[in-house]
Amino acid sequence: MSDTNFDVIVVGAGPGGYVGAIRAAQLGLKTALVEANHLGGICLNWGCIPTKALLRSAEIYEHMKHAASFGLGAKDISFDIAKIVERSRGVSKQLSGGVGHLLKKNKVKVFDGYGKLLGGGKLSVEKDGKVFTTLSSKHIIMATGARAKSFPGLEPDGKQVWTYMEALVPTEVPKSMLVIGSGAIGIEFANFFHTFGSDVTVVEALDQIMPVEDSEISAFAQKSMEKRGLKFKTATKVVKLDKAADGVTATLDKNGKTETIKVDKVITAVGVVPNVENLGLDKAGVKLDERGFIQIDGYCKTSAEGVYAIGDVAGAPCLAHKASHEAIICIEKIAGQKGVHPLDKSLVPGCTYCQPQVASVGLTEKAAKDKGYKIKVGRFPFMGNGKAIALGEPEGLIKTVFDEKTGELLGAHMVGAEVTELIQGYGIAKTLETTEEDLMHTVFPHPTLSEMMHESVLDAYGKAIHF
Amino acid sequence: MPIQILMPALSPTMEEGNLAKWCVKEGDTVESGDVIAEIETDKATMEVEAVDEGTIGKILVPEGTEGVKVNELIALLLEEGEDASALEAATETASTAPAKAEDKPAEAPAAAPQAAPAPAAPVSESGDRIFSSPLARRIAANEGLEIKDIKGSGPRGRVVKRDVEAAIASGTGKTAAPTADKPAPKAAAPDAKTISQDDPIFKLLPEFEAVPNSNMRKTIAKRLTESARDIPHFNLQVDVEIDKLMALRKELNSREGADYKISVNDFLVKATSLALTRVPDCNVAFTDNAILKFKRVDMAIAVAVEGGLITPIIKDAASKGLATLANEAKDLAARARDGKLAPEEYQGGTFTISNLGMFGIKSFNSIINPPQGGILSIGAGEQRPVVKNGALAVATVVTLTLAVDHRCIDGATGAAFIKELKALIEDPIALML
Repeated sequence: MSDTNFDVIVVGAGPGGYVGAIRAAQLGLKTALVEANHLGGICLNWGCIPTKALLRSAEIYEHMKHAASFGLGAKDISFDIAKIVERSRGVSKQLSGGVGHLLKKNKVKVFDGYGKLLGGGKLSVEKDGKVFTTLSSKHIIMATGARAKSFPGLEPDGKQVWTYMEALVPTEVPKSMLVIGSGAIGIEFANFFHTFGSDVTVVEALDQIMPVEDSEISAFAQKSMEKRGLKFKTATKVVKLDKAADGVTATLDKNGKTETIKVDKVITAVGVVPNVENLGLDKAGVKLDERGFIQIDGYCKTSAEGVYAIGDVAGAPCLAHKASHEAIICIEKIAGQKGVHPLDKSLVPGCTYCQPQVASVGLTEKAAKDKGYKIKVGRFPFMGNGKAIALGEPEGLIKTVFDEKTGELLGAHMVGAEVTELIQGYGIAKTLETTEEDLMHTVFPHPTLSEMMHESVLDAYGKAIHF
Repeated sequence: MPIQILMPALSPTMEEGNLAKWCVKEGDTVESGDVIAEIETDKATMEVEAVDEGTIGKILVPEGTEGVKVNELIALLLEEGEDASALEAATETASTAPAKAEDKPAEAPAAAPQAAPAPAAPVSESGDRIFSSPLARRIAANEGLEIKDIKGSGPRGRVVKRDVEAAIASGTGKTAAPTADKPAPKAAAPDAKTISQDDPIFKLLPEFEAVPNSNMRKTIAKRLTESARDIPHFNLQVDVEIDKLMALRKELNSREGADYKISVNDFLVKATSLALTRVPDCNVAFTDNAILKFKRVDMAIAVAVEGGLITPIIKDAASKGLATLANEAKDLAARARDGKLAPEEYQGGTFTISNLGMFGIKSFNSIINPPQGGILSIGAGEQRPVVKNGALAVATVVTLTLAVDHRCIDGATGAAFIKELKALIEDPIALML
C-alpha cells in the first residue's frame, strides 16, 4: 500500500471527523484525516468550547455581583474583556492540541489542506490553491460541517454585523446589541454580552424563543431572562439594517407593524448552512437534499458509492454530539462491526447555556400530541428542591412527557441551574427504553438537583412528594 | 457388643423417612457394601448399604414403617463370635441411652454421601433469561405478544422497542383486537376477522349476556387463531393398549409407603417425553431461518382453569422418574387452578399434552401451541374389542392423536415418534429404565 492509499479518508477534523478517524484507526484501518483549518473544527475552536469558556466568566461575574446574598463581600468588582477572551482562546488551543495528540497516538495521518472529491475513490488535497497530493480510498467520509447562514440585507460584515466568529473575540463590550435569532448560539451570546453590561435585544421570527424547545420551557426561560433585563421580540422579523458610523439601525416587522431600533452591534445567528461547495460533490455523484445538506442513509452513506457524510453537512440537528455519534456508526459499519444501528434522532439531547440553562431530549409536549400520543405530563419546580434552594438557584422546571399507553418516556425538558449536566440521565433512560416504573424505582441521591428528575416522573403519575 | 444400624440421613435436610423394605432378614450374613434396606424420602427411594460385616441379629423397625427418625436404631448386627444373647443388652442400651448412637455415627450414615445426590438441584434448572427492555415488554404485553417470540436486535440480542414494533408490523404477533387508540396497528391486522358485538346479526339472535374477554381469553384467541391460520397442521392417530400400563400403575401405587399417586396421564407424559428424546426431530420449533432442535423436553400440560386453560410445564420431563413427575404435575395443576403459577412455569414448553379422557372423549385434534412443533391429544381409556392373533379379545385402549407443524415435522418423522411412543406405552416397564 502506498502512502496515498488509505482504508478510510475523513475530510474535516471537527467533532465528527476527528472522532471517526480515531475510531477507524482503533479498528485497524489505515486512516487519513484532511483538515484545512483547525483540528477540532468549529465546535472546539469557534463554537461549543470557547463559548462555554466565555459563559463561565459571565457566570462567575454574575455570582460576584450577588456575593452579598451568600454572606460574602466583593467590592469594586470588574472585568477585562481582553483577558476573558484570552482565556477562552487558551481553552480552545489546549483542546485542539489534545486532539492533535490523540490523532498522533492513534496513528491517523493528518493532511493539512483542503480535500476535494475527484470521483472514483480519489481525493485531491489543496493548500494555497495548489494540489499537493492526491489520496485514494474505498471509503471517503465528508465531515465538512456548516457555517453561519446569512439573509439578504442582513449579511455580516465582521465590523458592525457579527457572526459567532467576531462575537467570540470582542475587543470591547458593545453598549447595545441586537441578536437576530434565538437558537442556542444567539441566546448564549445575548446572555454573555448582557451580563457584562450590554443592552441586548433578541429578535426571533417564530413565536417562541429557542423554537426547538418545549414552549413551556422557552416561556419560562424567557421570563427569567427578562427579569434580569434581556429584551425579546418574538414573531418579529428584521427587515433591514442601516449601517452608519455611530451604529446600526434595524427595521423590525411584527405582523406588518414596523419599528426601528438603533444598536452598536448586531449578531446574526439565524442558523447554519452546510459546507458543500467546492468539494467535488457533483463530480463524485453525491446528491443533496432539498435543504442543501448531503443526503445520507441510516449508516451515513451518500448516493455515491464509497462516499459518506456525517455531522452538520449531513443535516440537522447540527450538534457536535450528533456528529460524533454518526462518525462512530459510519466507521463501525464500514469496518463490519456487529450491532451497529442507525442513529435515533429522538435520542439526541440539546443544551443551551443561557442563564438559566435549558436542556432537553425527545419530543416536546406539543410534538407528542401532534404525533397522536395520549400523554401524561409531569412537572417539578426548582422551588421544591432542597439542593436548588441551598445553591441559591430556585428558578427552574423539570418537565417529563410520557406515553400514557406504554409508559415510554417520550421527552424530557428542563430549565434551571446545571440542567445541561442532568439531561444525560433521561438520555440513558430513553436509550435503555425504561418506562415510568423503572424511573420511579431508581434511587436518586439526596440532596441533589437530580431528585427533581425523579419527582417530575412521579408527578406525571400523581405521586410527587415534595410539591 | 453388637453393631447398631441407625436410620441414615440420605440428604442434608432429611429428618425422617419411610423404611420401605428390608432386603435382609434376621440371621442373614452381610458383607460391607451389601444392600440391606430401602429408604424412601419425600424425594426419592434409596438403598442403604451395610458398612460392616456380620449377621443381622435383630430387625427393630419393621418394613413399611413411616416416619422413622434419622439416627433411630433400626437393626443390630452381630459381629463374628457374638450370639443372640448380646442383643438384649444392646437394645436396652439403645433405647435408654439414645446418645449411644453417637458411638458409631459413621455406620449407616456412611452410605449417605453416595446415596444422596443433592436431590433438588437438577430439577430447579430454569429457562434462559431473555433480555428485553422494559418498554419492549410493556408494548408486547399491551399487544398480547410474548417477548420470547420476538427476535432481539439490541446489545446481546436484547429485545427493544423497534423489535416489538417490527413484530407487530410484520404480523408476527397479529393482534386480533389491538387495544391501540392509534389507528395504525389496526391496518396491520386486516386478516384477523372478528365479529363486532354491534353486528346487526345479533339483533336477530336471542338475548345474551356479553362477558368481556379476559386477558387469558384474548391470548387464547390470538395465539390459537394465529396457529390455526398460519401453521400447516396434520394429524396422526393411533390406538394403544394400556392394560400393562394400568397393571404397573396399580402395582406402583399400592406399594407400601408410596408417597405418590401416579396417574395414567403421568405415564403418558413420561412416555411422550422419552419418545421425544428418542425421536428428537419431533422436539422442535419452526422459525423463519432455522428449525430449532431442543436439547431437552420441557413438557407443557394443558390444564383447564376457570375461564380458560393454561399449560404448566414440567422441565426436562424425560429425565424425571414417574414419582417425581406425578408429584410435580399434581403440584403444578393445583397451583394452576389457584392461579399461582409463576410465568416461567407456564411459558416456554417444547411440546404439549392435552388430555380429555376424563370426559369420555374418544379422540380429538388439538391446535398447536406456537412456537412448539407438536401437541398430543389423549382420549379416554376404554375397553374395546381388539383382534389378537386372529381372535377377538378385549383390551383397554386409548386413542392418541398427534398434531404436528408440517413446516418442521414431516409425516414419516411424526410416524416414527408415534411408533416409539406406542411401543413405550405398551411395554411400560421400559419407562422404568
